[in-house]
Amino acid sequence: MYRYDAYDSQLVGERVAQFRDQVQRRLDGALSEDEFRPLRLLNGLYLQLHAYMLRVAIPYGTLSSEQMRMLAHIARRYDKGYGHFTTRQNIQFNWTKLEEAPDILTDLAKVEMHAIQTSGNTIRNTTADPFAGVAADEIEDPRITCEIIRQWSTLHPEFSFLPRKFKIAVTGAYEDRAAVRVHDIGLAMQRNEAGEVGFEVMVGGGQGRTPMIAKTIRDFLPKDQLLSYLEAILRVYNLAGRRDNKYKARIKILVHELGTEVFRDQVEAEWEQLRDAGPNLDSAEVERIAAFFDPPSYEPAETSGYNAKLFEDHAFSDWARTNVARHKQSGYAIVSVSLKPEGEAPGDATAEQMDAMAEFAERYSLGEIRVTHEQNLVLPYVRQSDLYALWQGLRTQGLSTANIGLISDIIACPGLDYCGLATTRSIPVAQRISRLFANLDRQHDIGELRLKISGCINACGHHHVGHIGILGVDRKGEEYYQITLGGRADENAAIGKIIGPAFSSDNVVDAIETLVNIYLEQRYDGERFVDTYERIGQSPFKEALYDAR
Amino acid sequence: MTQQAVTANLLGDGRVAFLTWDGDWSDNVADSHIATSDEESEWLLETAQRAVAAQVAVDPYLIEIDASSGSAWPVQRREQIRAAGPTGTINTLSDASVDGLKRVA
Repeated sequence: MYRYDAYDSQLVGERVAQFRDQVQRRLDGALSEDEFRPLRLLNGLYLQLHAYMLRVAIPYGTLSSEQMRMLAHIARRYDKGYGHFTTRQNIQFNWTKLEEAPDILTDLAKVEMHAIQTSGNTIRNTTADPFAGVAADEIEDPRITCEIIRQWSTLHPEFSFLPRKFKIAVTGAYEDRAAVRVHDIGLAMQRNEAGEVGFEVMVGGGQGRTPMIAKTIRDFLPKDQLLSYLEAILRVYNLAGRRDNKYKARIKILVHELGTEVFRDQVEAEWEQLRDAGPNLDSAEVERIAAFFDPPSYEPAETSGYNAKLFEDHAFSDWARTNVARHKQSGYAIVSVSLKPEGEAPGDATAEQMDAMAEFAERYSLGEIRVTHEQNLVLPYVRQSDLYALWQGLRTQGLSTANIGLISDIIACPGLDYCGLATTRSIPVAQRISRLFANLDRQHDIGELRLKISGCINACGHHHVGHIGILGVDRKGEEYYQITLGGRADENAAIGKIIGPAFSSDNVVDAIETLVNIYLEQRYDGERFVDTYERIGQSPFKEALYDAR
Repeated sequence: MTQQAVTANLLGDGRVAFLTWDGDWSDNVADSHIATSDEESEWLLETAQRAVAAQVAVDPYLIEIDASSGSAWPVQRREQIRAAGPTGTINTLSDASVDGLKRVA
């Protein structure tokens, strides 16, 4: 893992001291709310529906066990005993007190964490494949790139007041587990014909009220020229982005309005001015950062015990089928830990569960944890021979649900239960669906099905890219839910299509079951829900939903 | 006019609060000072703005209230949830909030 150097420590330490002073001046009345609001947002502190919410950055979703313990401490000491892992691989604490926010930031700084640039019109936390460094299909660990971007973008003076927020995602593998095509910039690592490593650069993806898939503006960008190219993109956007209309201010609108070719030409022209004198890193600095992500010393691992347990224990076998992924190192496994137990709020973890994850990470995963944009956790370095013991431990903490990628592994935004922007609730709908499909045998029979719920058009619950997407809409004070089908966040990303009129809160869960039943009737062997949908189209689903009404 | 009350968040801890009959703030919507005229609503907001100036409250605004059952309760779902707490994570609610939760449609 990356460790802070003197610059990082000084920067974070000074920011905490500044914010402590700003908070005190606010409490004393020297700063008005209008003056204070942008300052607190620069430190990730929102005023939400019930209280202040602190969003803590988890750079590219990587946490040490020590950091996870600190998050547990914060949940216990300053909050209501739980935190919410988000679709940006961050964590949110929903019940923060302004008076205590500087103390929280002080505690975070002790473990090299902060909340800088988790809000505002800045470059936000760069997200990554949660299987980075261990995926069998990976070219290189994308976190090296993410860390370089983090250092370049943190408090970057030119990009601290962009037209709107700006999100970058990076994958080093063919299989896209980071949803790079629905980010402002998506970087997908590639090898060119000469075997050199670089990036396919995609720009202008995003969700919200105007969902768009990112357009490729460069098939191959040499790795060592990444920062100057990013700077060229950001500079074009900073100058030409729509500052006159908040709803048209994201880079996706600029790319759409200019057209991909014109946007690309502008970026390339800007890059010509920058590429030699720009901020590209020398190889020594890249190597210094890369060394933090060197693979660990893997030990020869025994696998026979694991294979025997797969035959002996049906529940363990079910869990292994969905929650254990292939590791690049023989004898090791990647374990996804579901934060979607039956009937619970997706992405929530209690302080006790966080402490337990820290303990499991130390015992079984070289002290490292990942956070996924699908609101789960990952232990990336588990020996196959430890899987059974780990699973037994997870069971004692309510962390062993065998549903990764299944219908109850739902992404849901906080919705109207917490969020000041939401118009409808998301979490209760997710909980009802989770309960309806609680039978794991049924879920495993249904197979992979990505269901995502947003409580408003801002689409923080990624409904646009769900195989089944649910968008809450308020109609004269009543909660209705619009269903989209066919969205995907993977390497074949697609925006889902609305299937018809919205359903009432009472009827939406039954509608989901109807859709699943049509899939089960129509599927061919081996087809996932989205495969069947793409083959047969909307009609059978639509007829089943609406003809009987 | 519909009956109205003033809600805000408290500056120091951010908690939801309702302006009471004695000009203080309560976390219980039932304690709200209910305005029954435009003039009274305006007076309530002015009172709340003084709390803003005194660094007690943040972002006060008027909400519609239904007091027909004898106890004040917000009309809008958003305000019902602010009054009662999240509906999806009941374990985090206080007993008092659970009573309110039952009334969230």
